[in-house]
Amino acid sequence: MTRRALKALAVAALAFAAFNAAAQDSVLIRNATVHTGGAQGTLQNADVLIAGGKVRAVGVGLIAPANAQVIDAQGRPLSPTLFGGITEIGLEEVSGEKSTVDETLALGSETKQMTVRPEFDVTLAYNPESLLIPVARIEGIGWTLLGAGTAMGGSIVAGQGGVVRLDGGPDPIGPRVLFVKLGADASGLSGSSRAAQWMILDQLIDEVRGRIGPDANAALLTPAGRATLGRYIGGGGRVMVSVNRAADIRQLLRWAARHKVRIAIAGGAEAWKLAPQLAAAKVPVFVDPLANLPADFDAVGATMENAARLRAAGVAVGFSQGGDASHNARKVRQLAGNAVAAGLPWADGLAGITSVPADAFGVGGEVGRIVPGQRADLVLWSGDPLEVSSVALQVWMDGRAITMRSRQTDLRDRYIRSEVPAEQGGLPRAYPATDTR
Amino acid sequence: MLRPLTTALAAALLCSCATTAPAGNAATAPSDATTSSDAKPSRFMQDPYQSTYRAIAAGPVLIRNATVLTGTGERLDGADVLMRDGRVAAVGVALDAPADATRVDGSGKWVTPGIIDVHSHLGVYSSPGVSAHSDGNEATAPVTANVWAEHSVWPQDPGFAKAMAGGVTSLQVLPGSANLVGGRGVTLKNVPATTYQAMKFPGAPWGLKMACGENPKRVYGQKAGPSTRMGNVSGYRAAFIDASEYLKKNGKKQDDAPKPRRWWEGGNGNGNGNAADSEKDTGGKRDLKLDTLAGAINGDILVHIHCYRADEMATMLDLAKEFGFKIAAFHHGVEAYKLADRLAAEGVCGALWADWWGFKMEAFDGIQENIAIVDRPANSCAIVHSDSEEGIQRLNQEAAKVIAHAKLANMEIAPERAIRWLTRNAAKSLGILDQTGTLEAGKMADVVLWNGNPFSVYAQAEQVYVDGARVYDRKDSARQPKSDFMLGQSVIGGAL
Repeated sequence: MTRRALKALAVAALAFAAFNAAAQDSVLIRNATVHTGGAQGTLQNADVLIAGGKVRAVGVGLIAPANAQVIDAQGRPLSPTLFGGITEIGLEEVSGEKSTVDETLALGSETKQMTVRPEFDVTLAYNPESLLIPVARIEGIGWTLLGAGTAMGGSIVAGQGGVVRLDGGPDPIGPRVLFVKLGADASGLSGSSRAAQWMILDQLIDEVRGRIGPDANAALLTPAGRATLGRYIGGGGRVMVSVNRAADIRQLLRWAARHKVRIAIAGGAEAWKLAPQLAAAKVPVFVDPLANLPADFDAVGATMENAARLRAAGVAVGFSQGGDASHNARKVRQLAGNAVAAGLPWADGLAGITSVPADAFGVGGEVGRIVPGQRADLVLWSGDPLEVSSVALQVWMDGRAITMRSRQTDLRDRYIRSEVPAEQGGLPRAYPATDTR
Repeated sequence: MLRPLTTALAAALLCSCATTAPAGNAATAPSDATTSSDAKPSRFMQDPYQSTYRAIAAGPVLIRNATVLTGTGERLDGADVLMRDGRVAAVGVALDAPADATRVDGSGKWVTPGIIDVHSHLGVYSSPGVSAHSDGNEATAPVTANVWAEHSVWPQDPGFAKAMAGGVTSLQVLPGSANLVGGRGVTLKNVPATTYQAMKFPGAPWGLKMACGENPKRVYGQKAGPSTRMGNVSGYRAAFIDASEYLKKNGKKQDDAPKPRRWWEGGNGNGNGNAADSEKDTGGKRDLKLDTLAGAINGDILVHIHCYRADEMATMLDLAKEFGFKIAAFHHGVEAYKLADRLAAEGVCGALWADWWGFKMEAFDGIQENIAIVDRPANSCAIVHSDSEEGIQRLNQEAAKVIAHAKLANMEIAPERAIRWLTRNAAKSLGILDQTGTLEAGKMADVVLWNGNPFSVYAQAEQVYVDGARVYDRKDSARQPKSDFMLGQSVIGGAL
């Protein structure tokens, strides 16, 4: 039997298994405006067939298998679940309460010593039962990149994160991403000068390359750290660099080219000034279009047109927000919408929270598009998904319609109903609702 | 509810007009509050830092054939708005306009009152956010009613211009929330100026910033306290006990007669010099802290309280009763929805975010329908506020998110109602509703022309008018202000 035939058989077997599963869980979403994010672009009055947790077909006039659940979208938009940005969802519950926060390593905080631990992996702290997950998910946010933060007692190399799907599963998908912070925000971690950030990074490379021995006085890395960092030097993994000033981005591009590091940029307030160079180096940039003020002297050139200018030059543009990105993950589509209002083509606005991040973080085969073979992580919207006046009506994860509830909808429903006064025998709201609404 | 506000406005109007008569605008307020017999400004309301605001002279402007949200709850389709002499002259269909009026085609566009943000730190936490610009929290003592936010305002904060591009025509700049009592807030017209006095909203009463909960106890917990919520409340009470005593000694008596000038008033004849409050003033030294708190008890200074939790808001309502002051608004109030009926019944506004939550424990119960639920009862006063140099640029989008989520919970909110959250209700809480906040004849012509329905992510303010002058035009770079700070910076496309 030829390899090809074997493969065909395997595919047939898989399809059969999928068909059996489909008897219970196939879904046909009919008559939607399907934003595929793939080569098909946006399809009007289109159908999406889901079976076995995957998208099986996308097109017009699909035939529903027997027993398939059929949903009429009534022309409404259907998109892939959205990327929630770089967040700490599941790594922090209440930002101001340290005991609930796990994204930042600061082993040297007592002694104010720099400790460099690229092997630090925040995904190990991920709590799939975090209350933040349903809050984001019912707004159409299906996945996020967990990021590692920096603090005094750590270093500009924050550690690793990874992509998690917000389906309640415990494990990340795809490869790890290494986080590095540069510029003014990190100068306290590099002896009060951003110049030293390159000195430190070059030293780490010397350690990885063995030019500084493990027992040398200057050595910063543990054996695990050398192994981890070694995987990212030479193009082995994605390094997400938080940086805003154009001059720093220029240095970063040179450094990345010198050491063959596959970088992406988070923030990039002044990235538009180097748009052609970023496009040539194929560096995806994750911008916050709402950050249009000179928040500091690294972002004097901040503009809402950042996304549009980068894209026009051919840069892959994604979105991620500053501030409390985790609790506000649902705001990411507002970022995309504002970028569109400031000149970014609409399809690129959606791509910035779907296919661009999926491809940048090595999970483009699973999420970020509605194409056959991808996970059926989908959102049916009341209207334009980038529009603040739209809401997610239904979210599917692996083809299963999720319960569109969170602790916030529970709170809402507890207080939206009128209360029966105690004089009339009404129980306080702490008791389950009975007759009133 | 409105009585103390009206009194305050009357006093404040006289206070500023008597000496500076800013462009004749404030002096010709439509409801002419200055005719009140209660004309002498309280000693606690004297303003040595008077508004020098001047409306920019502009010819009449007629915006034609637009969808007009008046801010009073009305929506007029295919309507015109006429501005003349800095005032709204008329709103209606097919208005007559003077021959020299500039005609602006509003077809397919929407017109609203100028947006008002009741909670801003522009100028006191300016961009760039360097340590030198950290001027919003006098975090040296838990009660600093003596400080005035206006004395921190840097008029060159680039955030003012960005807010203008978002349709903001007035804003209250407040001290931060580190302190139990943070100090006086100031209401500004959002116009570019070299001094804050030239932005100061003529006749607007001051606000008093207070704060509940986590922030004060965190800031002072390792110092001399308070370190607990009960410590917070004892701190408010101690301060107001002092203020009550002070008021008793120095306050205005019912049978007020003309009074001699006091030594502490100085003799410069600044128009307020004869405004002592007490017949029996013992000549005690003036106390800036107690002046402010006494002004709040008198209702001349409007009390704005940073307070997240429903139970703490209820405590503050009791505190207000204990000392006889009125709370104008709770700010942030992520749990206001748990107390919506009471807030409406007591005439207290809720100045809220659309969806912020979870950044600290007292914000853990935030829901996206908060504003809608606070808005629901009769006589409610829901406000969308920002507390953010980003949010202030997009208060319309914040409101849009509320409308969308309210609808999901079966609460239909029309645009003509929602616009009140960022115009009329905001003006009411600041005590400037008889000047601005709605498009009614006689009010300041603070007007925004939007490229479409403002409750959209794609909505953009095309033109912004302050007192009838076009201070921002998205299509005309000659009408796009730029702060001194942004000069010479290599920024392309200054509008955005």
